[in-house]
Amino acid sequence: MLELQNISYGVEQDGEDKNILRNINLTIGERFVAITGPNGGGKSTLAKVIAGILVPTEGKILLDGEDITGLGVTERAKKGISFAFQQPVRFKGLTVKDLITLASGKSIGVPEACDYLSEVGLCAKDYIDREVDASLSGGELKRIEIAMIMARGTKLSVFDEPEAGIDLWSFSNLIQVFEHLHEKINGSILIISHQERILNIADRIIVLADGRVQNDGARAQVLPQLLGNVPSVCSALTDKVR
Amino acid sequence: MDAIERSLLEQVAELHEVPEGAYNIRANGKAAARNTTASIDIVSKTDKDGIDIIIRPGTKNQSVHIPVVLSQSGLQETVYNDFFIGDDCDITIVAGCGIHNCGVQNSEHSGIHSFFVGKNAKVRYVERHYGEGDGLGENIMNPTTVVEMGEGSYMEMETTQIKGVDSTVRTTRAKLGPNSTLIIKEKVMTHGKQLAKSDFTVDLDGEGCHTNVISRSVARDDSKQIFLARINGNAKCHGHSECDAIIMDRGVVVAIPEVTANCVDVELIHEAAIGKIAGEQLTKLMTLGLTEKEAEEQIVNGFLK
Ligand SMILES: Nc1ncnc2c1ncn2[C@@H]1O[C@H](COP(=O)(O)OP(=O)(O)OP(=O)(O)O)[C@@H](O)[C@H]1O
Ligand SMILES: [Mg+2]
Repeated sequence: MLELQNISYGVEQDGEDKNILRNINLTIGERFVAITGPNGGGKSTLAKVIAGILVPTEGKILLDGEDITGLGVTERAKKGISFAFQQPVRFKGLTVKDLITLASGKSIGVPEACDYLSEVGLCAKDYIDREVDASLSGGELKRIEIAMIMARGTKLSVFDEPEAGIDLWSFSNLIQVFEHLHEKINGSILIISHQERILNIADRIIVLADGRVQNDGARAQVLPQLLGNVPSVCSALTDKVR
Repeated sequence: MDAIERSLLEQVAELHEVPEGAYNIRANGKAAARNTTASIDIVSKTDKDGIDIIIRPGTKNQSVHIPVVLSQSGLQETVYNDFFIGDDCDITIVAGCGIHNCGVQNSEHSGIHSFFVGKNAKVRYVERHYGEGDGLGENIMNPTTVVEMGEGSYMEMETTQIKGVDSTVRTTRAKLGPNSTLIIKEKVMTHGKQLAKSDFTVDLDGEGCHTNVISRSVARDDSKQIFLARINGNAKCHGHSECDAIIMDRGVVVAIPEVTANCVDVELIHEAAIGKIAGEQLTKLMTLGLTEKEAEEQIVNGFLK
């Protein structure tokens, strides 16, 4: 169970304060929670605040009731938070096997590492020894990023636009991947996404726009509004102008 | 051979016991063991310190190990090793120098290795440098490699210096004949106040020859590294050099390319990238549960692997 209490995040830009997240209050304990909303709405920023990469200017973060606001990235990872980046990082010299082994936190054999790769639709033997460097395609990199989160198997997994760059053919597999992951960890999966197909598997959908929670509720309630009512997303912007 | 010498041997030659094939082990300035085979002969030089290694034409899938260990503080030596590699050979040569210096005097080993590579021969040359010891005396190694490559030959040279060498100037000079290929892969990590300089000169003399000089290095603490790649294209040929370095603490890395095209059909490229570990790489590994120090270690190890 993750609780965000009055979370705000601001930066200084050209001598002025810019608020990127404004007073976010959320309690997340469902199986699949999707966060969506317009580009620049603050989704990735929120994910980084959860992972401990960014320190909120205000507010508190609780994991299973424990205040983790003061904990760094490593400590939060150890407490059970995993985060798949929107833009995965490349490493010269580290191989796919190295990263999956590090993610799993123990020395795993090649067969086990291969299982994670197969699950994300990569032919394991072609990839296991490849370096995670510029030679991998964007989609391959995204899949490896997901495989690492599978290998970690922590109680909270945050995915930032995992489907971006993944081809249509593999898309349905991706949904299965999330379902498997859930069976395994029996925790919460938080997915940032713009894709209707992902929103379709969510138990709950949160709409983040202009740094605020603009809508939040069960899929059955939020999704029709999103699909039928585009201007509602923009009202946050018009509100601001007003 | 004592425990210190054996452990040095393991470091530089990955040898746990006496190797198979031909070998010459030099310990504290003297030949400690030698083995020759029907196709590989090793002969001591009579005019200076060193050996001639003569490999018969057509010798395939054999290896030669010539490790050197120094465990007496203050020993200084210059050794000449000449390799005569016959036409059509396919062999692996492992050389290396390990110094254990617990004294106050400097220990110094300068190895001058010359390779005469026959036509269409294929050579893999591996060289490891390693130093240890907590004395005040410095561990100094100045290896020189001279390569002459015959028509259609191929040589891959892999040099590694990861630990404990206080000062090193590595000089490599190569002349490439027609359609020959020379690949050089260098890995260096320096600590403390160490200095490592690599000076490569490759003359691309033969039509259709090719070289690739690749350096990956990490400079920590107050150490300094200089990478100098001089490639002279004298015929229709292809040359590439690349220096990829991570700097940490107050480490300094200098990359100096010098590429000269003496012929219109020459293609020469030099690339250099020097910088600290990318913050996002550290962050990524930390989200996997590693501490910042552990993340740094993984990134550096991977980089030099
Ligand atoms: N360090 C920063 N300095 C200034 N502005 C920033 C900084 N970091 C983020 N922003 C701004 O904050 C806003 C939210 O960014 P964020 O990356 O969280 O958006 P997002 O909802 O993930 O968007 P997308 O759907 O495009 O991925 C954007 O307008 C972005 O430009
Ligand atoms: Mg984003």
